[in-house]
Amino acid sequence: MVATPQRRFLFRRPSVIPGFGLTFGYALTCLSLIVLLPLAALVAKASGLGLDGIWEVARDPRVASALRISFGVSLAAALTASVFGFVVAWVLTRYRFPGRKVVDAAVDLPFALPTAVAGIALASLYAPNGLIGAQLAKVGIQAAYTPLGIFIAMVFIGLPFAVRTVQPLIAEIDKEVEEASATLGATRGMTLVRVVLPPLVPAVLTGFALAFARGVGEYGSIIFIAGNLPYVSEIAPLLIVIKLSEFDYAGAAAIATIMLGISFLTLLAINLIQAWSRRRFGYV
Amino acid sequence: MSEGLALSRAAAARPRSVTSEGRAVRWLLTGIAILFLALFLVLPLLTVFAQALSRGWAAYFEAFHEPDAQAAIRLTLTVAAISVPFNLVFGVAAAWAIAKFEFPGKSVLITLIDLPFSVSPVVSGMIYVLVFGSQGLFGAFFIEHGIQIIFAVPGIVLATIFVTFPFIARELIPLMQEQGTAEEEAALTLGASGWHAFRTVTLPNIRWGLLYSVLLCNARAMGEFGAVSVVSGHIRGLTNTLPLHVEILYNEYNFVGAFAVASLLAGLALVTLVIKSVLEWRYAGDLAAGARH
Repeated sequence: MVATPQRRFLFRRPSVIPGFGLTFGYALTCLSLIVLLPLAALVAKASGLGLDGIWEVARDPRVASALRISFGVSLAAALTASVFGFVVAWVLTRYRFPGRKVVDAAVDLPFALPTAVAGIALASLYAPNGLIGAQLAKVGIQAAYTPLGIFIAMVFIGLPFAVRTVQPLIAEIDKEVEEASATLGATRGMTLVRVVLPPLVPAVLTGFALAFARGVGEYGSIIFIAGNLPYVSEIAPLLIVIKLSEFDYAGAAAIATIMLGISFLTLLAINLIQAWSRRRFGYV
Repeated sequence: MSEGLALSRAAAARPRSVTSEGRAVRWLLTGIAILFLALFLVLPLLTVFAQALSRGWAAYFEAFHEPDAQAAIRLTLTVAAISVPFNLVFGVAAAWAIAKFEFPGKSVLITLIDLPFSVSPVVSGMIYVLVFGSQGLFGAFFIEHGIQIIFAVPGIVLATIFVTFPFIARELIPLMQEQGTAEEEAALTLGASGWHAFRTVTLPNIRWGLLYSVLLCNARAMGEFGAVSVVSGHIRGLTNTLPLHVEILYNEYNFVGAFAVASLLAGLALVTLVIKSVLEWRYAGDLAAGARH
């Protein structure tokens, strides 16, 4: 009753808590069937094409332009979301003003609002006869049905990532360091630039990367406002949908693989920057 | 003497804090932040309700009388009713195995569970087409047996499970890791069975985290668009979920109908946000660290 038989090799550290086999086995089975197997099907399909086949698809002018739009606009949108996201995070953690908690809760709206709902709302706001679109039209700017519309939708969808990755780090800043800096004669601006901001850079970069990756893959909130003109405002995820509806599975898999590849490289670059800054500043 | 003290106190009463910016900068930054959020987040939300009610309440409610709309509501509820409990059982099982035991490869497992978060919604739907579609890996097998998965409800459920897969596990894993195993060990030493210990010790400890994550999982399950759009086939009254119904109405220029249905989803999002915020304010200590701010 007392002795538990020694296993042939100990996969896990012994414990009195039961249920490891059951829960581990169940979780692993679900993970394999739901996530790993279908993703493997994508890899299989793409590797069936070979590098030449994928390159062939990427060279197609329409595909190349969709990829350029998706990645280029997402880059600009993630930059914008990071800058304003930082200001929002700073204001929400450092300043006290009435309604702060409500504003704080509102930041998560893009997480909670279904993308299609956000999509039609943005489209109707920025359409030439919409509330904001009409004002923009007066100064000669058309937002809807152009890359600018894609940009707006991507900022919307990326903002919470930018805010939520920086916010906890701002809250953790040790004020004594700022006091020391001020005592030693630094102006507030110098303290911010030299003392407060540098340790936050990795978090800002992480938020940027998350917003960027989300923007590249985003579909629902973009397609309504984008207008989807080939070569002008057609995003890569939409092209995947079009290829699938034409039963061109190989073409769709090739675009998906290219997107995953570029996203992977971006995340790798961000990780390298983080590793560098960890050496430079001591933490992420 | 006491006069001098009072004077120096008055002078010291309002020194400009060295750890904050000047008043003007504070006002400016707060203004920018609020204006930006109002423009980008609040205005689109208000637009949904304004557009939905732009032709009055009668036109608003008419959108829900349509049989296609009611079928979409039923399908969305059905899909959520299958995928959320599935992910709940998976999330609890995964968190139990990962948080209560020590084994190699744990961080790889957590990364794999997180994987669906970094896959584009469109690709999430597409991988199921590649497996179960007519030209897919097992497509021929299922067609032979008369089982349709893609362009049918099973495909929608699978795609929804995929996109919401990490929600519950990733909240529970850090939460249960923080709580450790001491309480369960005590219960087991006192003679409780494993199931009894889980139900009376673990479950009460994680209840707020569980509610929190189920809430977020449900919101995403009911609102998912991209992944479901790829596998659904858009058959009205049969494979149209609420977000897809919004798309169809919008593309038919039935704006009041589209925004009326959308307002239902926006209402769900608002309720989710409110409960989520209340949980974060009141039960912050009972949620995983990432959920607190």
